[in-house]
Amino acid sequence: MREQNDYIVYVKDLTKVFGDFVAVDKINFRVEKGEIFGFLGANGAGKTTAIKMLTGLLAPTSGEAVVAGFDVRREPEKVKYNIGYMSQKFSLYDDLKVSENIRLYAGIYGLSRKEIKRKSKALLEELNMVALRDKLVGELPLGWKQKLAFAVAMIHEPAVVFLDEPTSGVDPITRRQFWEMIYKASVAGTTIFITTHYLDEAEYCTRVSIMVDGVIEALDTPKNLRLKYGADNMQEVFVLLARGEHTLQGKIKKEK
Amino acid sequence: MNALLAFIKKEFLHIFRDPRSLLIIVGMPIVQIILFGFAITNEITEAHIAVVDPSRDEHTTALTRKILSGKYFILDEYLPSEKQLEQSFLKGKIKVGLVFEPGFSQKLERGEHPQIQIVTDATDPNTATTLYNYIRAITADYALALHPSKATPGGIDIRTRMLYNAQLKGVYFFVPGLITIILMLISAMMSSISLTREKEKGTMEILLVSPLKPVMVIIGKVIPYVFLSLLNGTVILLLGVYVFHVPIRGDLVLLFGEIILFIITSLSLGILISTKVETQQVALLISLMALMLPTIILSGFIFPIENMPLPLQMISNAIPAKWFIIIIKNIMLKGVGMAYIWKQTLVLTGMALFFIVASVKNYKTRLE
Amino acid sequence: MGTISYILQKEFLQIRRNKMIIVMIILMPIIQLIILGNAADYEMKHINLHVIDRDLSTTSRTLVSKFRASSYFSIVNSSFDAEVADRDIRNDAADLIMEIPHGLERDLMRGEQAPISLRVNAINGVKGGLANAYTTQIIQDFNGEWLSDRYPGRAVVLPVGIAWSNWFNPGMNYATFMVPGILVLLITIVGVFLSGINIVREKEMGTIEQINVTPIKKSQFIVGKLFPFLVIALVELTLGLGIGRVIFGIHYVGNVGLIYLFSIVYLIAILGLGLLVSTITETQQQAMFIAWFILMVFILMSGLFTPIESMPRWAQIITDFNPVKYFVEVMRMVLLKGSGMSDISRHFGIMALFGLVTNTLAVWNYRKRV
Repeated sequence: MREQNDYIVYVKDLTKVFGDFVAVDKINFRVEKGEIFGFLGANGAGKTTAIKMLTGLLAPTSGEAVVAGFDVRREPEKVKYNIGYMSQKFSLYDDLKVSENIRLYAGIYGLSRKEIKRKSKALLEELNMVALRDKLVGELPLGWKQKLAFAVAMIHEPAVVFLDEPTSGVDPITRRQFWEMIYKASVAGTTIFITTHYLDEAEYCTRVSIMVDGVIEALDTPKNLRLKYGADNMQEVFVLLARGEHTLQGKIKKEK
Repeated sequence: MNALLAFIKKEFLHIFRDPRSLLIIVGMPIVQIILFGFAITNEITEAHIAVVDPSRDEHTTALTRKILSGKYFILDEYLPSEKQLEQSFLKGKIKVGLVFEPGFSQKLERGEHPQIQIVTDATDPNTATTLYNYIRAITADYALALHPSKATPGGIDIRTRMLYNAQLKGVYFFVPGLITIILMLISAMMSSISLTREKEKGTMEILLVSPLKPVMVIIGKVIPYVFLSLLNGTVILLLGVYVFHVPIRGDLVLLFGEIILFIITSLSLGILISTKVETQQVALLISLMALMLPTIILSGFIFPIENMPLPLQMISNAIPAKWFIIIIKNIMLKGVGMAYIWKQTLVLTGMALFFIVASVKNYKTRLE
Repeated sequence: MGTISYILQKEFLQIRRNKMIIVMIILMPIIQLIILGNAADYEMKHINLHVIDRDLSTTSRTLVSKFRASSYFSIVNSSFDAEVADRDIRNDAADLIMEIPHGLERDLMRGEQAPISLRVNAINGVKGGLANAYTTQIIQDFNGEWLSDRYPGRAVVLPVGIAWSNWFNPGMNYATFMVPGILVLLITIVGVFLSGINIVREKEMGTIEQINVTPIKKSQFIVGKLFPFLVIALVELTLGLGIGRVIFGIHYVGNVGLIYLFSIVYLIAILGLGLLVSTITETQQQAMFIAWFILMVFILMSGLFTPIESMPRWAQIITDFNPVKYFVEVMRMVLLKGSGMSDISRHFGIMALFGLVTNTLAVWNYRKRV
């Protein structure tokens, strides 16, 4: 039996209830160190709620979740030291410059002045944004913003980074560059936890889970999922599951 | 026309979907008028007084008792000498000190004109003057009553009639002012924020590409708030009449007509503000900083306009609230008709027109 | 401490980038202070008088000339028609009508009562009352003089002497009284509004989420938010005090350092209140409305414009919870009367308590997680 701490993310019966609506219903999964874990589901399936619980933004109603070795329920602030987060809504400061945003977050994570200098320089070079360092973030195109947000989420070299639909609304070329950054980070040893609506992106993941109406319906490598459901690509798998007739809500939806 | 109706409906929905704001908009004025109607009065009562009375004889104690018997003064303490007065003033304990000369009664009996000194805290000149006048009048009363036999025959008999507000009640003055302030601020603020929010959220662009003319957009924005403000105004009026017994002596229809005119003026001012700024934050700061204080202070709500230096009197003419306060007081308290307020009404109409035209112009330039 | 410095840097940069805000917080209060300081004058010195003199005798003319000589009165019109006079009142052209009946001089000579009637516009009860008091005083003085001339030896003058000394503001300058108070008001408005919409703005923009997943402490975040506004408000205070000295010529009797000390405690308290508003609201609009409501109550019940002593007991109890009241009092006490630390120690204690409560609530209420 492996310890909880051997997994970078360990989730057992995690549940979130809002009033009488069960947003996340006893989900269970484990993420290995170094994985690129795809967390899929239709809009409203409960993905964002689950991610918010894992990042300590939302307190779980019941169940257990251990992220980077810390319990999100008991030690949410310790979890935060070891994770990075990038949300679907761009959330760096538009009225701060590129370099100022980097410095702010590096500072909040407790990097020393010297480290901040070194990291900022390296980061800007890697992003090809050295010339843009003194530009206000609000003036950048969306693709650049998203790349910057990812880099900022990685600034403190977290053990795991949560990406909530990082590529929505971004053009295909930038998306490609974005995935190159994700691979690079993964090779360097960071675990990636990502949600997306682009099912071609799901193929790039080590493993994929598909969430439907608050429960995880499937969890395996993309290849195994295709085989299991006899599908040609992830798109088909997803449509099959997300529309699934095996749940009550699915049936109601269909009858409408 | 249908498009406009749909648009107005949308505005109403915005308002009703946000019950917290709605509660604030409707509930707040009620709380304020009740609170301020009772609490704010510029009459000066219960001023704390310290008395220095070395002899404590027949006349000083009787006079002190007479001074303290009304609602105007509350005895803070007797002090041994004038020197201690300063401490009490510095601590903010008293507003006035009353100092009797030693051997007061003896001197009075001997006809030697004993001295009373009234020391006032003149940091507030108005209170100081008023308190001095109170004590002076009470003392004069007392002193003259001592020698009725020496009274002279005849003399002038003054007969005063206090018009419109026989009991000199503070609420008569404040309720019309409060209605004005609340209508002005709520209307101007609501409309400026609601439009700026559309800009910030990007929904303004959708409205601008729609076939609705800018005029229509503005009308659609204004109408729901006209109703809300009218509701507010009515509630305040009812409170004024039934809780504070402020009379409405003039024509009710005329009064409501003027209220609607004022609401439209304020709303269009708010809209004009919103066409000039980009964020809700700035819209609100302008509504508040540029409207709230000047409206309270320069409109004649608290401070008489005729006391202000000439340049400020001229500035006060640019404040819609000033004109409306005159109108509403004239109708409610003096009971006069259009003959006495047509000038003010004309000014307000002119302002409203100016604001509306300027707003529409601003939208057009944005489109081009 | 390190973390706070980064948050501070961010807040200052954001404020500096927002040109409108800078204009609003620095320029507007200055202009307002100058304008309002001049406008807020409660003294009654322009009582407009309409005279109906039906007697037209030497006596009545002497009486009217007393009013003409007084600096409180200006005779705007005179007529022989009550209807004309009434119209002046309705038009607000006159505040007071004095009607001297035919036969005043004759009645006085015969030793009979001679009536003079006054009609006062009393919509503003205080103004009406004062106008009446001033008028009555002039008429009585005239009456006294006239009687003592006619009946020498009879004691009609007061048997006691009344002396009046005005301390702390012998010039009876109203601006001296109002300017420090208005300064409090401006600082408070700017402070509460800026802090009130600050956090809620980050909520609306979504930037707060990125902050919330970081390990920053709640108190660090709140302090980082509070400090820049404290600095801005102190700059404003300095400008305002300068304006009071230079433009209004107010002589500050007390220790200005004490004012700064109190301001810091006061600002921490009300900025905490603003942040608290910000944490309990969801949109800037809501935050504004709540802040506006609180401010209206604070301002009108602060004793700045109307005396607190005159309020009913329950209202006076409410004012005990009004921080603006304490600051207005401290400003007037220290700057105008020269009160010292020992005189305002109670104010300090209450304000510190207030600050502790608002900031604790703000920190506690700011949820990094929902």
